[in-house]
This record gives sequence, structure tokens and C-alpha cells, in this order.
Amino acid sequence: MPRTGRLTTATAVLAVISALATACTGQGADTASDDPKADVTLNFWHGWSAPSEVKAIEENIARFEKAHPNIKVRVTGDMTDDKVNQALRAGGDKAPDVVSSFTTDSVGKFCNSRAFADLNPFLTKSGVDKTKVFPKTLLEYTQFEGNQCTLPLLHDAYGLVYNKTAFAAAGITEPPKTWSQFTEVAQKLTKPKGDSYEQVGLMPTFHGYETKPMRLAAQWSPTYFTADGRSGLAVDPAFVKMLTAQKDLVAKLGGYEKLERFRNTFGDEWSAEHPFHTGQVAMQIDGEWRAPMAKEAGVAFEIGTAPMPVPDEQADDYGKGYLSGTIMGIAAGSKKQNAAWELVKYMTTDTEAVVAFANAIHNVPSTFAALQSPALQVTPEFKTFLDIARHPKSSTTPAKADGGTYQLTFTDFAYAVEKGDVGDIPAGLAKTDQQIDTDIAKAK
Amino acid sequence: MTGAHPLRAKRRRSALRTAAFLSPWLIGFAVFFLYPLLSTLYFSFTRYDGFRQPAFNGLDNWSYVFTDYPLFWPAMRNTLWLVLVMVTCRVAFGLGIGLLITKIKTGTGIFRTLFYLPYLAPPVAATLAFVFLLNPGTGPANTLLDAVGLPTPGWFTDADWSKPALTALALWGVGDLMVIFMAALLDVPKEQYEAAELDGAGAWARFRHITLPNISPIIMFAVVTGVIQAMQYYAQPLVAGKVAAGVIGGSGQQFEPGYPDKSTLTLPQLVYNLGFQRFDYGTACVVALVLFALSMAFTALLMRRRGGLIGAGE
Repeated sequence: MPRTGRLTTATAVLAVISALATACTGQGADTASDDPKADVTLNFWHGWSAPSEVKAIEENIARFEKAHPNIKVRVTGDMTDDKVNQALRAGGDKAPDVVSSFTTDSVGKFCNSRAFADLNPFLTKSGVDKTKVFPKTLLEYTQFEGNQCTLPLLHDAYGLVYNKTAFAAAGITEPPKTWSQFTEVAQKLTKPKGDSYEQVGLMPTFHGYETKPMRLAAQWSPTYFTADGRSGLAVDPAFVKMLTAQKDLVAKLGGYEKLERFRNTFGDEWSAEHPFHTGQVAMQIDGEWRAPMAKEAGVAFEIGTAPMPVPDEQADDYGKGYLSGTIMGIAAGSKKQNAAWELVKYMTTDTEAVVAFANAIHNVPSTFAALQSPALQVTPEFKTFLDIARHPKSSTTPAKADGGTYQLTFTDFAYAVEKGDVGDIPAGLAKTDQQIDTDIAKAK
Repeated sequence: MTGAHPLRAKRRRSALRTAAFLSPWLIGFAVFFLYPLLSTLYFSFTRYDGFRQPAFNGLDNWSYVFTDYPLFWPAMRNTLWLVLVMVTCRVAFGLGIGLLITKIKTGTGIFRTLFYLPYLAPPVAATLAFVFLLNPGTGPANTLLDAVGLPTPGWFTDADWSKPALTALALWGVGDLMVIFMAALLDVPKEQYEAAELDGAGAWARFRHITLPNISPIIMFAVVTGVIQAMQYYAQPLVAGKVAAGVIGGSGQQFEPGYPDKSTLTLPQLVYNLGFQRFDYGTACVVALVLFALSMAFTALLMRRRGGLIGAGE
């Protein structure tokens, strides 16, 4: 074979390999051209797994299919972000067209990598003004640098769930509003038993289920990043104050080691043996789901809910809290994006659908209209969380290119602080900032 | 000149025949080893998130892993600890149990079954059971230690004890090695022991000069497979860390493996964490290559030792 012929063959083979490799990345077109009125079947992946939640989502999908007879939805539940990531990358007929995820921390990664389609053109095409439909905080954690690659599908507000019966027994008449009251109440509710406890007022360590550094920090209204986009943990005094206050609470309730040893006797967070249900902790930092879960577990005590306490110097802001939630997006590689948008639009913006779903799984609705809807079932315990969700100073953690890695880095530092391994918190935060900046620069 | 052509043709036919016989292995080697290895090497010099096209970024990933990635060195130390300590303990314990069972006269079947059964337990279930047994507050292990006045470790919640706890889990599942060692021990010619006894050799001398040389290839096999297992150690430390940290799933926050204090973090966990959770395939490839180099280094070292051991046996 002449040399030029070999070269031509080699070039052709390389071209075919390149084309195949490009196809394998699952990269989609920039605009959707499919007909949303055509008969189509969508693959929808979500993370819910509890029977009541699965039933709720199936009912929601059934309502959608009734309203859109040309669109069938094939639902797959119990999906994690790892599986979603791999399926989106692989592409093909079995890959999801529509995805919902509990991990708002992943939004930055999904948007930055263009794994999900930007929903802004779809919103514009449908005449939906997102700022009039969704609260500002929810729009913050569902977009990244202007790319609205997901929309909120219900959300979670974090507050305090407490054992009213234990409060009465300790002579406490109302939930604590400031951090000093909180510390005092937590100590009053703590009953030692030998080297351990019969009951702690609160499990304050950062492995205590929902007691994450970010949830507590929200009460100090922190700013995670400076105006130029750099990590600002050492710049905003909120973080030093929060970490110092938490470390002080850990010390006052018996110290890190003793508390951690007690924490290891706790049951699973999502089972009936949760320590709040069993009376091992009297106050729990948690989402709106905890009170109904405790009732379903058949607890013998009365349950109260309240916003998380605020630092003493911010007493006027009492009522605020940390917000997070479920997100929903369209796979960038989907060939049925217009039909997929119909499903996303229905599930995230249709008031009836949002309210019905919120009622079924006891989550906070994610649209202004649903939050005001008379059809929303509001128990006194749930109302606390609705109020936290509506509070103007409630906040979330921003989406970043590295997803939630910056939060994990901060959390790692918080573990070291509560354990007593950090002498100089501001210096440690400055070092943490450097690490976060390096990680984000790497991810961008 | 005329005789050279048929010879060349014969050689070519012979080469083709050899290639044909080798082709299944060559194809497997190229598809499942060479291509992935070269791809991994290529991706390690790129910024690649699995969605967009890889973009060449030189030595960025390599320098990030060795200088800026805070999880790499703890994972490296843990993996080396597991390779050295866990493998040594497993081989020594498996050999010890094998020796004991070959010596006892009655109930051998019962003991064999008792020691072998744990090996059949799925790794995740076995780990869950160990986290329960070693629960520092309510576990039976600490209740027992406390009853006899001994200190009660935090096991999977204490960074100093988490790897020993994982080693205990590995020893519990040592049934596979026990069976292999038993087979080897029973194969040692009895005449050699009889001759040694006549020469006045004690138990240690018999073990040192007869048993060990005879079973050295099996010890080498146990060490090599043990090193490979330790290099791939993923599920047990992840499950133990998650359960002990109280993270079963649910609220949607990411979980970083390694609880407590990164003491159970391993290199294979980093590969998964970087590639599939941080969408950073380029950096994941660097860690994978480090793991590969480490495996090669250990294998080379063991192969050099192997010569001496087998030589002693022969």
C-alpha cells in the first residue's frame, strides 16, 4: 500500500474514533428542537425511596400524564448523584432525560460541566418569570454563574424540633431564641448517667445528623465568598463566632469525647430509633420532616418546633434558618428536551402539583403561589418551617464550580475545632480559605 | 537465493501461527490493560470532567495531587499501613489457625467450619456487624473489656483504633487463607518431620527448617494476593466510616470518606471520590496511576524475594 494510502486510512480511522469518542461524552445540542406534542417517553430519575415518597411521586407523575397524554414517563427511584453522573456521561436510550437530586451541593458541578441544560431559554419560551415564581434563595442554589441548570422542587428549612414534655419537666416554658438561652436550656435538659447520659439537651457535635457547620453558620448570616469570588471564611467574623460558640457548647455539655461516645449509641437518622424519638436528645436541629416522622414513630411525648436560636447580638433576626432542597434538571444530552421541559415545568411551577407533592412528603413548597395556597396542609409544627422559609434573612450555601467540596473542606476544619485540635481559629480559617480557592480554581 | 524464500515463508507462517494462538490473550491485553492504562496516562494530563472534551493541562493534576490535595497523603499512609500491617497479620493469623487445626485430633471439622464461615459473609454485612460489635458505647466487645477492667477503645470512632478495628475485621474473615495453608501443611512430607525428630529437632526447629521452606510458595501467594486486596481496599472502610459517622443516607449532603479524621481513607476511595463525586477524572487518573506504580513496586519487591523463598523450598 502506498504511504499516502496508509496515511489516508489512518486519518479516516482516527476521524471515526474521534467522532465515536465525541458521541460517547453525551454532549447535547445547544437548543432543543423536538416537538413537545409528539408521542414520547421520558426517563425520569429521582432519589426518593421510602414507600410513601415513591407513592407521592407516582401520583404526581400520573397527574402529569393525564394532563399531557402524549408524554409517558418512565420513573426510576432511589438514584444517587454518582449514578446520575455516570448515566448522563454514558448517554443513550436508558439515560435519564429528567433528573431530580437531593444534593443541592452538586448544582455547581452539574451546571459548570454542562451536564444539565440551561433552563433559562425554556423559561423565557414559556413566559415564566422565575423571580416571580421562586423565592430568591432557592434560585441561588439552583443556578451557577447565571446558568439556571436546575429548578427547585420543594425545599427544606432547618429549625429546632424539641421535646415539649422534657421542657416542662425541666421547668422551661418556651424554646430558646438566643444562643446564650440555647446553651442554658441545653445544659438544663442534660441528664448525666454514670460516664454517659440518660439524655442530652442537644447533640452539638458536627456528626450529630443534621447539626452541620453550614446549618449553624446560617444563624450568623455568613458570607462564604468575597465580592471577587474568593473564599472568605477568615474575612467574615461570623465563622469564628459560630465555631467558638459551638465549641463552648460542646464543652458545657460534657466534652467532645463523652458526647461522641454517647452519639455512637444512637439509632439510624431515618429510622424510628432516631435519638429524638427515643428521648436520648431533647432538642434536635432538623428539617420540617422530623416532627411528622416522630409522630409516625409513635413517640409518647409532645413535640414542639421553633426556629434555630440566633446569636445574642442578632436577636432581631430570630426566625431565620438554613434553606436547601431538591432540585430538578434536564440532561444536556437528552433528545427530548422540550417534552422534558413540560415535565420539569409541571412539577416545579404548577401550584396544584407542587402543593399536592408537598402535602404528601411533608416538605416545604418551593413556589410563592404554593406557599400561599389554601390547599397546603399546615400543622402548627409545619408552620414554623414555612415561616423560616419565608424569612427574609434565611440563607443557603452558594453553588460553586467544585460543587460542595468547599463545604466539606470547611466541615473538616470544623471537626478539628470541636475536637480541640485547633489553637488559632482565624489562622486555621485563613488556611482553609487557601485550600478552597485552590480547589475551586482547579474545578473551573 | 532460491532456498531463502521458502524459509522466509515458513518463518512468516510460523510467526502468524504463533500470533494466532496468542491473539486471544493479545486482544484481551490490549483492550483491558494497555488501552485503559494509556488512556489513564493521557487523561492524567488533561482537565476532564467526563462531560466536556478533555483539555490538556500539563502537570497541573500531578502537582495538585502531590502538593495541594489534602486527602492524598493521609490516603497514601493508610494504604501503606494496610498493606504492611493488615497483610502481615492476615498471613500470620491464617497460618497460625491452619497450624492449630492440623494439630488438633478431635473436632477438626467443627473448627474448620467455624473459622471458614465468616469468610462467606458479604463484606458490607460483615462490616456492619463489626461496627455493631465494636460500638464504643453499646457493643459487646467493650462491655466485655469493661467487665474485666480493661480500657474500652473507641474502635471505629477513634482515629488511633480505626485501622486496628479494620484489621480485626480482616482477621475474622481469614477462612480463605486458613484453608489454603491447611492444604499446604498437610502436603509437607511426614518423613521429614520424623527424620528431624530423630535428630532431636524441637517444635520451633521443625517449623523453621521443615514447615516454612515447604510452604514458602503458599506464603508468597498469600502475601501477593493480600497486597493486591489491600491496594483495592474500598468497601469495608467506607461502610465502617459512614455508619460510625452516623451517615446512612438521606438529606443529600455529600459524605467524604475517611471518618474518623481521615484514618480510614484509602487510595481507591480517592479515585472514586475524585472521578465520580468531584467530576475530576484527570486528577482521579493521577491517583489511579500512583496506585498502579505502588502495586508494581510491591510486586517487583515480592518477586525478588520470591526467588529466595522458593529456592529454600526446593
